[in-house]
Amino acid sequence: MLFVDDLHLSTTGGTELVHGVSFALAPGEAIGLVGESGSGKTLTCRAILGVPPPGVTVSGGTIRLAGDDVAHYSRRQWDRARGPRIAAVFQDPASYLNPSLTVGRQLGEVLRVKNGLHRRVAKARAVELLASMGLHRPEHVHDQYPYELSGGMLQRVLIAIAVSGDPDLLIADEATTALDVTVQAEVLNLIAALRAERRLSLLLVSHDLAVVAQLCDHVVVLRDGRVVESGPTRQVLDDPADPYTRALVADHREYGLDRLVAR
Amino acid sequence: MTAALEADGVEVRLGRRATTPILHGVDLTARAGEIVGLIGETGSGKTTLARAVVGLAPLHAGAVRVDGTPVSGLRGAELRRFRRGGRVQYVFQDPLRSLDPDVTVLDSVAEGLAVRGEGRAADRRARAVAALEQVGLDPALGDRLPGRLSGGQRQRVTIARALAVDPRVLLLDEPVSALDAANRNHVLRLLDRLRREREVAIVLITHDLGSLAGIADRIVVLYRGRVVEEGPAARVLLEPADPYTQRLIASVPSIDGPRPIYARSTR
Repeated sequence: MLFVDDLHLSTTGGTELVHGVSFALAPGEAIGLVGESGSGKTLTCRAILGVPPPGVTVSGGTIRLAGDDVAHYSRRQWDRARGPRIAAVFQDPASYLNPSLTVGRQLGEVLRVKNGLHRRVAKARAVELLASMGLHRPEHVHDQYPYELSGGMLQRVLIAIAVSGDPDLLIADEATTALDVTVQAEVLNLIAALRAERRLSLLLVSHDLAVVAQLCDHVVVLRDGRVVESGPTRQVLDDPADPYTRALVADHREYGLDRLVAR
Repeated sequence: MTAALEADGVEVRLGRRATTPILHGVDLTARAGEIVGLIGETGSGKTTLARAVVGLAPLHAGAVRVDGTPVSGLRGAELRRFRRGGRVQYVFQDPLRSLDPDVTVLDSVAEGLAVRGEGRAADRRARAVAALEQVGLDPALGDRLPGRLSGGQRQRVTIARALAVDPRVLLLDEPVSALDAANRNHVLRLLDRLRREREVAIVLITHDLGSLAGIADRIVVLYRGRVVEEGPAARVLLEPADPYTQRLIASVPSIDGPRPIYARSTR
């Protein structure tokens, strides 16, 4: 599904930020990318999406999406890949929506442009999608503006937009970090349900090992732009081989419910 | 022994005619050296309660006392003197927005002392350096602007600024929810040391009940402007009595594996 091999990312000034990251994601599989801020998690995701930050370029290695090397993708090929193949959600849903358009109109636009649906069909499909995101009164939500919705509702709208093109791969970069714990649990459940229903592959980026433990089959641990350890989630979290991973797990367990209760 | 902080029956209403109740008679106490966790979701009123305690939101009813002295009825010059005195310090949620981006870290930390008119500039700098050291920051960072620090460092700067004026009560709004585990541990260990060594009464405000385990002595659960549960931390976390508290605990993700899927709802 996704194949990242020896990926190097550098600034135009020549400073290398990511030094040869490799991992493979099979159809329907979920991989968690963990590591501290600055470890290269988000840079790697943006490279996979074909939108590296300004001044950063892929300086080595390959990224394959469903067998295609994306290095030579034209803008048009990217337009065709984003939506049906790859989609993403990020930490701050409000900043990805136009504040002066209703959320339904923004979801409808994606459905019309990407899926070629007629206006009226698009509206019906938009309401249906909002309903399947667990949003109550989806017809009402459809006609609301982003400021009228809570953070958890906005993230559901963004997930609806992301899955509207029925992608094979969803990238979720700190998508639940800014949400209340109860809302985070609901959004994680939603992503888990979507994975099961749509055979969605998932690349989940989080600084919270517990979030990764909820959804991912495999974990890739990044540090300073390098993979220090990767493997099945239970193996990496229960019996970490690398000292850095051991420190991450120990730090996680120092405070919090996991230290108090063996659940 | 009187509590360092006592809030009784706090009622806050918003709106031009005070028609929208936000807090319906909430009690909150914190003794010297105690860490109290104040937990609630977005909109529960936890930040409003903290603002009411420091005099940033007007009380419709109820009273707030600091070391036994009423502070909630203060107006005008008295209120300014209380705020300037710095006995109660409030550390805001977003360190990037609560630090002036154009003022160096050291000047930000020293500013509270300047406002109180304490000491000469050189003494104030020395005390600000000491406060930075106390939160585990290299004083060499003092010459930097907040934008050049990491999130964890900025959070510690805001705590250093609050400590510089030697407060009796420290209220912190979501001090660790945006931090990774290593930085979270730094901040929590620091708070634990402060309550032991300086007997500061600490109120930790958060939406994440799990983050209070291992640090809070007592937990107060706020839901829609009312306290629904209150008690020793271990009791609240291990045997939550209120259904809302139970739901909060069930929502905390565990590193040990997936939680059962619970009812999806959007309130």
